[in-house]
Amino acid sequence: MAQTIFIEAINQAISEEMARDENVYIMGEDIRRAVYGATQDLLNDYGEKRVLDTPLSENGFFGAAIGSSLVGMRPIVETLTSFMWVGMDQLISQAAKMRYMFGGQATLPVVFRATMFYGGGSAAHHSDRSYPMFMNMPGIKIVVPSNPADMKGLLKSAVRDNDPTIVFEDGTLFGMRGDVPDNADLPEGELIVPFGEAKIVREGTDCTIVAIAGAVNIAIAVSDQLAAEGISVEVIDPRTLVPFDKQTVLESVEKTGRLVIADPAHKVCSAASEIASIVAEEGFWSLQAPIQKVASEQVHIPFSPALEKLVYPDAAKITAAVKRTLES
Amino acid sequence: MDIDRDLLLMMLRRMWMIRNFELKVIEVHGAGEFSGAAHPYIGEEAVAVGACAALKDTDYIAGNHRSHGHPIAKGGRVDKAMAELYGRVDGYCKGKGGSMHLADYSIGILGESGILGSSVPVAVGAALAAHIKGDSFVSLAFFGDGASNQGALHESMNLASVWSLPVIFLCENNQYAVTTSYAETVAVEHVSDRASAYNMPGILVDGQDAIAMYEATAAAVTRARAGEGPTLIEGLTYRYEEHSLGLGRVRRGEYRTEEEIESWRQRDPLDILENTLISQGIATREECDAINAETVDEVEKATEFARNSPFPEPEALFEDMWSDPIPLP
Repeated sequence: MAQTIFIEAINQAISEEMARDENVYIMGEDIRRAVYGATQDLLNDYGEKRVLDTPLSENGFFGAAIGSSLVGMRPIVETLTSFMWVGMDQLISQAAKMRYMFGGQATLPVVFRATMFYGGGSAAHHSDRSYPMFMNMPGIKIVVPSNPADMKGLLKSAVRDNDPTIVFEDGTLFGMRGDVPDNADLPEGELIVPFGEAKIVREGTDCTIVAIAGAVNIAIAVSDQLAAEGISVEVIDPRTLVPFDKQTVLESVEKTGRLVIADPAHKVCSAASEIASIVAEEGFWSLQAPIQKVASEQVHIPFSPALEKLVYPDAAKITAAVKRTLES
Repeated sequence: MDIDRDLLLMMLRRMWMIRNFELKVIEVHGAGEFSGAAHPYIGEEAVAVGACAALKDTDYIAGNHRSHGHPIAKGGRVDKAMAELYGRVDGYCKGKGGSMHLADYSIGILGESGILGSSVPVAVGAALAAHIKGDSFVSLAFFGDGASNQGALHESMNLASVWSLPVIFLCENNQYAVTTSYAETVAVEHVSDRASAYNMPGILVDGQDAIAMYEATAAAVTRARAGEGPTLIEGLTYRYEEHSLGLGRVRRGEYRTEEEIESWRQRDPLDILENTLISQGIATREECDAINAETVDEVEKATEFARNSPFPEPEALFEDMWSDPIPLP
């Protein structure tokens, strides 16, 4: 077991998959010089043809990645969530729809790694947490890792999955350290985290918090804090939103009777909204209190730190939400 | 002319197949046998057939909403195409795509896109795969004069040029985007002029002349396979019918004159190819007429095939979403 930084876990996953399968290649802006760190050493190890610096043309190179996946390649595209808007036609009209529209003829093993750089003064054009918008569109699998080990194992699964996948990489976690098992210590010889398996990261009996991406660590801290006050909180990390492991959430709510959802995305039609609706429809009789959504305020991300810190779910908001469920 | 006779006759057959397929589509759509939009390719047959005659089955194409001509030109099956228009299980896409989304992955037809310009980056991607793997296949993107204004095309041309990808950008300039003329919306005299901005050859071709289209495309394919990069070809052609079947609000004569339509009909692509074949002693009038008649029969059989194919069962609604299936939400 090695302490590994989140960004190194991304790099390990990409490098291992490129070594394993010569059809895997990576493209994006400024990746040869690893401006964001995740593509460190890949150019040296895998060469210019498999590590492609692109022009600033998201519509063009997203589509090129998609087209190459149709004929046997397994592309990884590095981008930022906010730049995905520029390539949205390719993501939606092509990646999401082609397989169904062509009656199953198209297979698209393409991965988009989309970084969410929020919370650090990046302002409205560089801070998007856009996964709920893609949940609304059938045809794309959605991955939201919250720690280095899951990041590595989920990205490796994404590369091997045969459907279009967007891995939303939470930039607030890039410096996070966590245990990532050495391959030699694993029975399969490598770390794979399957899609659709939520993880119970803290067990508890009084209230369930389902937390997404960067909100998971905050929920864990809240759980530890509330334990000192005698409140037992269960924390669930869904790890993938499409597919979504609703069974683990429903079973937890059956046990605790209370649900808080912590979601860094905007609150309207958020992942939190969908999870709340699933529990309202299928777990209503387990509930002893109204479901609490703690998601981002429905405003754009302001630059000023004084304002930006008010937008996102934080420990105080999540703690207050848990306590509200216990008032009932 | 240094083109194999069999290839020329195949081109004539495919052009008649498209013409007769589209005439049938107009008839049965008008009779209400299926619904939705359908965009006839009549008048433009030489462009797709000439271009695809320069490709192998292992090469790729991607196209647009005016989608019946491209797969037939690439060697696709008219029965599966017609069944798709009828929304039946034996259609190319099991009835899920319809008229605008024909595809046949067994012969490199990556699919037609209803969003214009959107399939061009996809075609570039197939060429990128050839580039990365060192394979010899090429890719060809069909798009129209309307889509020549899309950013997706310009991003694609730049990308293909800087990476020297084996791709042919094939503009079918049929003069109109629905009702808006090319002259009103394109800032240069010819779409092919735009090639210079991306450091690639731009070739202007008489799109009514299938042999000219074949020769221009064959030269571009040779360049692409030799690693010399992309080519932009513009075929000047004309759409005889209105933009789409069922678009009743568009009235003939509002945006183009009968004289203009007639002047293009005087240069019908089938007449031009047949006259060449006959005058050069490659085929007789009787042989040409027989090819026409055979394709009429084949289209008739395809229509019967489509009519007799069942509609999809309700379970099919949830099939073909995923390669690695996941539970329904």
